[in-house]
Amino acid sequence: MKKKSNSVLVIVPAYNESQNIVNVIKCLKKENSDWDIIVINDGSIDNTGELAESTGKAFVINFPHKLGIGSSVQTGFKFAEEYNYDIAIQFDGDGQHKACEINRLLEIIEKHEADVAIGSRFYKKPFIFKTTVLRYIGIRIFEIVNSILIKQKITDNTSGFRAYNQKAINFLAEYYPSDYPEPEAVILLGKNGFRIKEVYTEMQQRQGGISSISGFKTVYYMIKVLLSVFLTFTRPKINKNVQKNII
Amino acid sequence: MNNVFNANRIQYIAVACSIILLIIIFELTRKKKIREEYSILWLVSCFIFLIFSIWREGLDFFANVVGIEYPPSALFLIFVLAIFLILIQFSIIISKLTEQNKNLTQEIGLLKLEITEIKKKMGKVNFRK
Repeated sequence: MKKKSNSVLVIVPAYNESQNIVNVIKCLKKENSDWDIIVINDGSIDNTGELAESTGKAFVINFPHKLGIGSSVQTGFKFAEEYNYDIAIQFDGDGQHKACEINRLLEIIEKHEADVAIGSRFYKKPFIFKTTVLRYIGIRIFEIVNSILIKQKITDNTSGFRAYNQKAINFLAEYYPSDYPEPEAVILLGKNGFRIKEVYTEMQQRQGGISSISGFKTVYYMIKVLLSVFLTFTRPKINKNVQKNII
Repeated sequence: MNNVFNANRIQYIAVACSIILLIIIFELTRKKKIREEYSILWLVSCFIFLIFSIWREGLDFFANVVGIEYPPSALFLIFVLAIFLILIQFSIIISKLTEQNKNLTQEIGLLKLEITEIKKKMGKVNFRK
């Protein structure tokens, strides 16, 4: 856990991902064995935590109960802040992201082109990703709303594949939305002057398990996120010299 | 005449209810089932309700101001407003607790991980002498 040059922490939030988690960890380690991996097991009712621990290749945080994906990822930022990682990668535990594409995100951060890099399914690509009509509408609404609010076109606001530099890590360790955090985080970061850049990344179909958002939940998700997005936008800019969290 | 009788009856009921509620809240707070800071809004609401239940002229005046034809209905308005305030207070408290709970859970998670890592480095911890 000691500081290296450009130390990288891969934050993997996981809820009931026993089918995917071992593979995800293996792929990440195979891609680059220098990366540290932290799996945040969000109170899974299956053995996700034990499986992750059994690989011996990842730090595992087990919550006693479910907190939601935002709070899980934020715990990763808190860990990264505590141990001074230079770069944090957010990587879903369901195997939808490709480990090899992390380098594309890393490149942006390492070249200081942006504070936050987002792996987008739609960046400079036609809309070909297979999804439901409702989701498609939702994704487009986020694109329009967020683009207007932060005056920058972000094509994939719901992407959970992101890279952050230390400045962004320290900020998010303190402030990160709880549930359905991705679109809200874009506004939060944009509003507080972080430079965001997108890069095209592929997205694989889920390798197992079920998505957290489906059917009627999609509508609730849309309403909740749009409300949060507007509220985040109306809040004043957060003073950067925030008191550091005492962990 | 009948009208006056009805008005009085609702007045008696309102007085009785607010006194009973006052006693309940007071007792619960005394027995520490409710914390003082959360009983204040209840007690104040009950007290205002009680005053307007007894003081008919005040209620008539209030009803007239807000444009309620039948003054005892104004009691319901006061009642609803009080409940609204208390419920909003609850939402605030629940949100605060949720945030605190989240922070605690995150810290427990981080601490447990640190302990696990320390144990790995130092071997099993034995509390027995």
